[in-house]
Amino acid sequence: MYPSRFRYEAPRSLDEAIGTLRDGGDYAKILAGGQSLVPMMKLRFASPELIVDINNVPGLDYHRADANGTLRVGALTRHADLEWSPLLKATQPTMAAAAPVIADPLVRNRGTLVGSLCHADPQGDWAAVMISLGASVVAQGPRGRRVIPVADFVTGPFENALAHDEIAVEAVVPPAQGTRAGGYLKLERRVGDFATCGVAVALDISAAGEVIRAGIGLTGVGGATINATQAAAALAGKALTPEAIEAAAELTAQAAQPRTDHRGSAEYKRHMVRTFAARILGAAAPGGTGPATTTERAA
Amino acid sequence: MTSKALDEIKIGGLGSSRKRVEDERFIRGKGNYLDDVTLPGMLHMEILRSPLPHARIKSIDTSRAWEIPGVHLVMTGEMMATRNLAWMPTLSYDTQAVLATDKVRFQGQEVACVIADDPYIAKDACEAIEVDYEPLPVIVNPEQAQADGAPIIRDDKDGQAGNVIYDWEVGDPAATDRAFAQADVVSKLELHYPRSHPSPIECCGSVADFNRATSKLTVYMTTQAPHIIRAAVAMVAELPEHLIRIVSPDIGGGFGNKVPVYPGYVMSILASILLERPVKWIEDKTGNLISTGFARDVYLKGEMALRKDGKILGVRMHTDADHGAFFSDAQPSKFKIGLMHSAFAAYDIPAAHLTARGVYTNKAPGGVAYRCSFRVTEAMFFQERMIQEAANDLGMDQAAFRRMNFVADDDFPHRTPFGFLTDSGQYAKCLDVGLKAIDYDKFRDEQKEARKRGRLLGLGISTMTEPLGAGNSREYDILGIKMFDSADLKVHMTGKAILRTGAKSQGQGHETTWAQIVAHELGIPAADVTVEEGDTDTAPFGMGTYASRSTPVAGAAVAMVSRKIRAKARKLAAHLLEVSEEDIEWELGRFYVRSAPDRGVTIQECAMAAYSNMPDGLEPGLENTAYYDPPNLTWPFAVYIVTVEVDPVTGVWDVLKTVAVDDCGVRINPVIVEGQIMGGLTEAYAMASMQFITFDADGNCVGSNYMDYLLPSAWETPGFELHSEVVTPCPHHPLGAKGIGECAAVGGPAAFVNAVMDALGGTGVRNIDMPLLPDRVWEALTNHHDVSGAPPIRQD
Amino acid sequence: MTAVYDDLGDEAASDIPVRRIRFTINGAKKIAEIEPRLLLSHLIRRGVGLTGTHMGCDTTNCGACTVLVDGKPVKSCTMLAVQVDGREVTTVEGLASASELHPLQEGFREEHGLQCGFCTPGMMMAAKGLLDRNPNPSEEDVRWALSGNLCRCTGYQNIVKSVLWAAEKQRAQTPGAE
Repeated sequence: MYPSRFRYEAPRSLDEAIGTLRDGGDYAKILAGGQSLVPMMKLRFASPELIVDINNVPGLDYHRADANGTLRVGALTRHADLEWSPLLKATQPTMAAAAPVIADPLVRNRGTLVGSLCHADPQGDWAAVMISLGASVVAQGPRGRRVIPVADFVTGPFENALAHDEIAVEAVVPPAQGTRAGGYLKLERRVGDFATCGVAVALDISAAGEVIRAGIGLTGVGGATINATQAAAALAGKALTPEAIEAAAELTAQAAQPRTDHRGSAEYKRHMVRTFAARILGAAAPGGTGPATTTERAA
Repeated sequence: MTSKALDEIKIGGLGSSRKRVEDERFIRGKGNYLDDVTLPGMLHMEILRSPLPHARIKSIDTSRAWEIPGVHLVMTGEMMATRNLAWMPTLSYDTQAVLATDKVRFQGQEVACVIADDPYIAKDACEAIEVDYEPLPVIVNPEQAQADGAPIIRDDKDGQAGNVIYDWEVGDPAATDRAFAQADVVSKLELHYPRSHPSPIECCGSVADFNRATSKLTVYMTTQAPHIIRAAVAMVAELPEHLIRIVSPDIGGGFGNKVPVYPGYVMSILASILLERPVKWIEDKTGNLISTGFARDVYLKGEMALRKDGKILGVRMHTDADHGAFFSDAQPSKFKIGLMHSAFAAYDIPAAHLTARGVYTNKAPGGVAYRCSFRVTEAMFFQERMIQEAANDLGMDQAAFRRMNFVADDDFPHRTPFGFLTDSGQYAKCLDVGLKAIDYDKFRDEQKEARKRGRLLGLGISTMTEPLGAGNSREYDILGIKMFDSADLKVHMTGKAILRTGAKSQGQGHETTWAQIVAHELGIPAADVTVEEGDTDTAPFGMGTYASRSTPVAGAAVAMVSRKIRAKARKLAAHLLEVSEEDIEWELGRFYVRSAPDRGVTIQECAMAAYSNMPDGLEPGLENTAYYDPPNLTWPFAVYIVTVEVDPVTGVWDVLKTVAVDDCGVRINPVIVEGQIMGGLTEAYAMASMQFITFDADGNCVGSNYMDYLLPSAWETPGFELHSEVVTPCPHHPLGAKGIGECAAVGGPAAFVNAVMDALGGTGVRNIDMPLLPDRVWEALTNHHDVSGAPPIRQD
Repeated sequence: MTAVYDDLGDEAASDIPVRRIRFTINGAKKIAEIEPRLLLSHLIRRGVGLTGTHMGCDTTNCGACTVLVDGKPVKSCTMLAVQVDGREVTTVEGLASASELHPLQEGFREEHGLQCGFCTPGMMMAAKGLLDRNPNPSEEDVRWALSGNLCRCTGYQNIVKSVLWAAEKQRAQTPGAE
């Protein structure tokens, strides 16, 4: 329960933070929400030498839509900000479905979306959501800014594409082409549990009811977040008929790489992925219940 | 009675739901829990635990730990062995390692400890200790423990030829065999009641303070039984008992987890003696879950002999109990498998036979804990699961089958086939209340209709009576110490009082309810009675609070000591009123002259007289002590009925309604009693739905922290409808009260499980082991077979 | 302030990074000189000496350590103490005024919302976060808001009633409220 020793800096600007990282040595970590990092440090699964706390850097706690509909989420935007966001409820059904089921309400007051992406836990919810939306991470470092698609940002379990002196400052979600639909369904045995599995589906649908763009991300059913590209491709250009939904759900299940463990057999998890994908797609179809903002929980 | 008798509810007597005295400090954050205790010069202790479940220790190098600034002492088993403290006796006549010497025998076992200026430093030093292990093969269930060639876990014990600890049996095998010979139908069931853990939110800990100048050892400790600890410490540390003081402060939940003597306590005591400074040890949740007294982990096999009209003729049960690496259960010494043989006490069954075997495995020690009433949780769970399957096998209605086999109201006292004597109850009436509350017939209709549309609704009943209030001295003892309890009441001259008992509340509200008993017996307003527990220097000797024994035993002692006081007060009243004792009548708060009722004296006036106006020959003062040896256990009865809906696609199930009908005799404080029932129902729901500890094939513990050991939150936990209409007083308890604290945890799980199994009726599934996680339910439904949860868990 | 500790002859003590922070706790201004690795819950309990905030687990699950930081309920075991530099902390000891209990405290007492009391401060602080945001919560809202706080004793039913009791009292006390 007691972290090992480390040095600590609390810069007051982004440049200062980047400078501290650059000069700070081999093993430095950014502290934003800390709701994944601090627990790991308490168990001594992580022992950084330097903590760079960016909570005092101004201008990072925003989420807004640009004029063209691009959504930008700053690095210090907390999960709770997103859970209660009228903007998200109105325009981003997949994100609005996920935000309330991240961890628990208290953790949501501190944890951040961008931090969650950087942490790259295969059982993290936001990565699947962001992958399904084709989102990107904006990294800032001594050499300037660069934009990294989320699908390339996570390079392995707990590994990301940032250089040691870069900070992720923003997540960017491309604007909707047509009407944005979708949802996030997660099987957890109780609030705060890691996902047995989670399925994020994001769709942009034309006025005629055809899928212009689809994205599907999977949580907790593989060594890293899974981008179910084949399943998503199978939906593009199609209407959400029962046949199309069934086919896409099956492809989604096949993309999963679950392991049998105390949360269930691989067979069960694959079945749940298929079920969740079908339910989200079914809710988004004409005659469906609308955005699948409900979540599955085991009680 | 005159009009001057006090209103019992107004003064906070029996039946008053007075607000809790304890709350005043807890709501202000002014509780005094173990980790709040700070003594001058106090040091902090952290324990290094074994990462391996079974391994020989080749060497331990503590040199780097000693070098860390702020470290005062590093202890290993080798060092403790030089003081004969590396091993200690358990409450079940076995021995347990304090710090490992030759081997580690479970993952998480204590290997070394560090005492330092602060716990951060102590933890740094623990990390700097190097242990060289040689892994040994691992045993995670009784089958492996008894397999040919299985390693002997307790090779430290002379004459230990294998991994079996005991064999035990009770009942009448010949009569049972005859019953089975006559059976029309034999119903069978096998299941595993998984390992669970009481897991109060507050972990275990101690602050040991040895004072060289006075030779006195004071230990603040999270213990439900301070006097037992004092005796144990005297034995283990070989210190004189009068120079040991155990202080149990506020406890953040016990549930049986805080009864055993843990190695951490012993280490902190030795460290304090060596360093002559207070030493605090407070474990973290991982330490608590992986090493302290777990619960359950038994494999149950049963058969029921049935006549075709539904009469139960006989029952056979066998249990294999997984005790972990040391047999350390706190339970009455005559019963190796606790009160498992209280199973079927509510049913009129002529013959039964139970056999039990206990084995060692590479897991934490224990088995008896967690609101279990000494294994009654296992007994009643298995009973009600067998009852449900038997009714199904016969094609009988669940309620009708139970009703026809209940012990009838006029059959008491009733001797159960395993030898218990139940003494009171109105079982059929309780069942009626429950069936009405759940709207039984209507639900069955809805269930049928829903089935046609592919929806799976289910209803589960659990009915049971259980033995609470261990226990009478003929049969019950722990380590030879009889299980009576005590109360010491001192009434001051202004009529206020202080009461101390040998019990120890961990949230049950004794400070509130014991005062209510005094108010009932003496008419002193409850608010005028201070209640203290937990300090062995001042509290009368008692065996502590667990197994729902406090109201039955300590509560009875409170009533008895109050009556002793009242008897003396009567003499004082006679003296004050200048009449003889035979002319005195009592009403609540007052003695009066029978022939002139307006002439009377209050209890407060008697108290003053005890110090200022005594009759000749009567000792001054108004103080006394009572020790109560209960004549029998008490027998509350409960009916729990749960309805659920199961999603056949996902295996997720939701509770629709939970009804609880509890007959626990007279209720001292009804709101507090309801709080206990709701707490128990939550444990029942937790065990049925998500909570368990298991092991993989390598002996790694899964469920040693709150990420894996799942406790339901307010979001998952259902609401409960409680019923208190049926009150059958206990015939032998001075107040007619029975125990209640554990009833819902004992009887509740079967109601939830039976409901889910009922929803799965007709699919050919007979058993799914708890917890009924969605993946297990789905697997059962999809593959039409039983699902076991026994370790080792499957892993890719 | 004077600190005295054992000289165990170690050289390495000077390497320990110590940081000075200023913060407010229950309205009182404090200065602390602490290691960065000190958890906020330990600053509160051992540094400031307010032991009403409890620690019950080591994986950020139980919520017994819940306090308010700048008005938001957080798990103090999962924040570093240095992170409250310049910020306001409110603990259970800061709920009551000089003369009155907070309605939440009254509600827990009135509705038997506690048994052992260990989870209670955390429950009340999480509930305060809810009521500050939503003065008229439904039972479902309360259960959702408390889903990060575990209790082993009560079964939650009376905790929910306690919070609803407090909400009603607060609404009655607020002029012009619904």
